[in-house]
Amino acid sequence: MPIECFQVDASDNVATMLQDVETGAEIDVLGGVSRKTVRAAQTVRAGHKVTLCAISEGEPIVKYGFQIGAATHAIAEGEWVHLHNCRSLYDARSSHLDVDTGSRTETHYA
Amino acid sequence: MPEMEWQGYLRPDGRKGVRNLLLVVYTVQCAEFVAHAVAQGEPDAHVIGFPGCYDNEYAIRLLLALARHPNIGGVLAVGLGCEYTQPARIAEVVRQSGRPAESFFIQENGGTRSSIELGKQMLAQLRERATQTPRVPMGWPDLTVGCECGGSDGTSGLAGNPVVGRFYDWLVDRGGSAIFEETVEMIGLRKVLADRAATAEVRRQLEQTYDKAESYCRSVRQYSVSPGNFAGGLTTIEEKSLGAVAKSGTREIQGVIRVAERPAHPGLWLLDSVPDETFMQFGYTNPNDTEGIMDLISAGSQIVLFVTGRGSVIGSPIAPLIKITGNSRTFRNMGDDIDFNAGCVLDGTSTMDEAALSLAQLVAETAAGSPSKPERLGHREYFIMYKHQNTPSLEQGCRA
Repeated sequence: MPIECFQVDASDNVATMLQDVETGAEIDVLGGVSRKTVRAAQTVRAGHKVTLCAISEGEPIVKYGFQIGAATHAIAEGEWVHLHNCRSLYDARSSHLDVDTGSRTETHYA
Repeated sequence: MPEMEWQGYLRPDGRKGVRNLLLVVYTVQCAEFVAHAVAQGEPDAHVIGFPGCYDNEYAIRLLLALARHPNIGGVLAVGLGCEYTQPARIAEVVRQSGRPAESFFIQENGGTRSSIELGKQMLAQLRERATQTPRVPMGWPDLTVGCECGGSDGTSGLAGNPVVGRFYDWLVDRGGSAIFEETVEMIGLRKVLADRAATAEVRRQLEQTYDKAESYCRSVRQYSVSPGNFAGGLTTIEEKSLGAVAKSGTREIQGVIRVAERPAHPGLWLLDSVPDETFMQFGYTNPNDTEGIMDLISAGSQIVLFVTGRGSVIGSPIAPLIKITGNSRTFRNMGDDIDFNAGCVLDGTSTMDEAALSLAQLVAETAAGSPSKPERLGHREYFIMYKHQNTPSLEQGCRA
């Protein structure tokens, strides 16, 4: 079974994983025009995004041909892009959430 | 191909329904138990209600729009007897629409047992009248379809919503009406939306609607993105918004309607459910998926599509809910609940056009009477709450 990700627009610097991928595995880029494959630098789960090229701090994260956020620090090719390294231009809370569950880290249940 | 016609129910205002249901409406939380007990064991009787004791113009407009929905053949309004919202006024407005309607207060009918008995007798009388509704041929130009997404994940913007968007283009091209909403999930897309306006006036409406949604989110410090969305791979509200707006397809937007308002003519319409600024600075815009679905039904949608990447088990009263996922794994995991797998376009087993056409086929079959999966399971979740919108009042509310 090939492992695939989907690039929506030619200008996108991230693609969405269609299956889970483990570190080191080669990923086929579907819909991709910028490149045909990318190697996973870490585990990325299905539905999550992987970089198609290195992205420097502050640079736009682009999906659907639009900016969906900005890199909070440098991200290497094949890395997972999520709450830990990408922030919204609108929603200030987005980069302060638990990276696995997406829940607020400041809410107390005790 | 689904260039088809089916048999609908002709209502006195000329609109056509795909179901012929009875609606039990309660006017305060205190009447909720009795209302559900009246409808229990009556498969054609659906229940909605407003929990508040103080009334609210917005909630009353919503109740009245739902009670006069084309899928509704008769209405029973049940109140306790202390609340502001008046069951008799609701029944009166429904009767003016040419539908049979009854109402009563529980306090005036001896409590729980006798009220349930009275309610069931009234339902039987309403059913007798409703079953005389004329059947007429119905096709795409008679149909209004709403779409909402919830429990979105990384597949929703790639498959689930784009397949609905392709179907929306197809429906609009055949003279049908399509409604999309969730303006708080269009953050960052002011220009994308405005560029699709049918006229300069609509462009102004779309820009205003967008600006209100963005300032609302900023003021309540809550963007419409949830832990489940993040866990499913969506990172920002901008990313979620781009995926969400894909369900509107590509056709021109004819205008903006508010909750309980109907599109003035066929085509693609945006529904604005965000509260307007008011002296009462409270309330949330779309507290949950069910609330948004109620809004789409209030705009006259006879069928509602619900795109859910992570999976959801809700249904809706009044209008059948068709559940769609773009995630083949979710479809396998929750097959009893989900009607349509748009994930086929990501698996490579289907093109976008093929998937949109099979969705059209499913919508036509459901319109013709075949129950959707939530209908089969008996899911009829509803949610009506306090909110403020500056929509012109239909009846100046229902205070006696």
